Amino acid sequence: MKLTEEQIQRYSRQIILPGVGGKGQRKLAEARVFIMGAGGLGSPAALYLAAAGVGTIGLADSDRVELNNLQRQILHRTCDVGLLKVESGKTTLESLNPEVRVQIHPERVTSTNVREIIRSYDLCMDGSDNFPTRFLLNDACYFEKKTLISGAILRFHGQLSTFKPHAGGHCYRCLFPEPPPPGMVPSCQEAGVLGAVAGIIGLFQANEALKEILGIGQSMVGRFIEFDALNLSFCELKIQRNPQCPLCGENPTIKELIQYSQTCTLEPVVEAQWGMI
Amino acid sequence: MFESEVEAGGADKHHGVPEFQEVHVDKELDLKGKVCPYTFVESMLALEEMEIGQVLRVIVDSGPSACDVPKSLTREGYEILEVGKINETEWAIVVRNKEFE
Repeated sequence: MKLTEEQIQRYSRQIILPGVGGKGQRKLAEARVFIMGAGGLGSPAALYLAAAGVGTIGLADSDRVELNNLQRQILHRTCDVGLLKVESGKTTLESLNPEVRVQIHPERVTSTNVREIIRSYDLCMDGSDNFPTRFLLNDACYFEKKTLISGAILRFHGQLSTFKPHAGGHCYRCLFPEPPPPGMVPSCQEAGVLGAVAGIIGLFQANEALKEILGIGQSMVGRFIEFDALNLSFCELKIQRNPQCPLCGENPTIKELIQYSQTCTLEPVVEAQWGMI
Repeated sequence: MFESEVEAGGADKHHGVPEFQEVHVDKELDLKGKVCPYTFVESMLALEEMEIGQVLRVIVDSGPSACDVPKSLTREGYEILEVGKINETEWAIVVRNKEFE
């Protein structure tokens, strides 16, 4: 594929970067990235991936845009309230970069459809707003051998890591073998979240996705970052694969996908727990 | 200005950098009417498509490009063989493709 005049202009500032060039730009154009959740993390991530020319972006979210989303979910505008988030997101991304194909998955992602959904993508990104989905996506990515770029936020804190157990790295269950008991971790609805923190972590995820696609820099595989926005400080942990991991360990007990139930049933729209939007 | 510098450098060497006309050019890229950074970007893209060791001759008609494109290509690791003014308004930049990493 030869870059067109318009593509050269659009992407000139990144084409000139070491490790990108025309070859890197073509890798981006051929890349297929799946984003779980078109919310606080998925919004900034999807915008920057689209701007960078990632060829195919998959957006999965079954929720509709609500007014209280707009403080952080920057894919959506006030006039989008009531629309499916994936529809609103697709419109925004395509208006930013018409070259990008946005595939939408408005159905609820469950243990019966998740593997099928992620199968056609090269890379997955977790911007989900609940633990059942977070564990489901981690497990599905392990079984499908997909790299998973994980981001999580609550209040003024964020977390970031890349899971690549099929290539020797750790997975989410190496760190957190099981979801926390219901009610143990407050939701964003209860605890709040600063929109800019979602933006920061979502963009870290986008940055890691671009690095993985381009094959440049130091991957977040084997690393876990805890971010404190109030102090503007980072704490980095080195993470090794856990031999006792129930999913990717030496004697795995999880052989198939588990559909955990939502821990919060009080609100019609569950809006997240720690690690969530 | 470029022309005189090039001539001065070339005159000192009998067996060094070949004369402008002696270099075998594998591809010519006409970037007249274009400015930075596109002159650099398009030069780099053209080099990416060429074999290692092949020579690209780029024609530009903007002064800043004649100055900056060779600098930027050098910084990227490409070998600039020649930069010279070919008429009142145009410059030729001759560069050899290199292998990276």
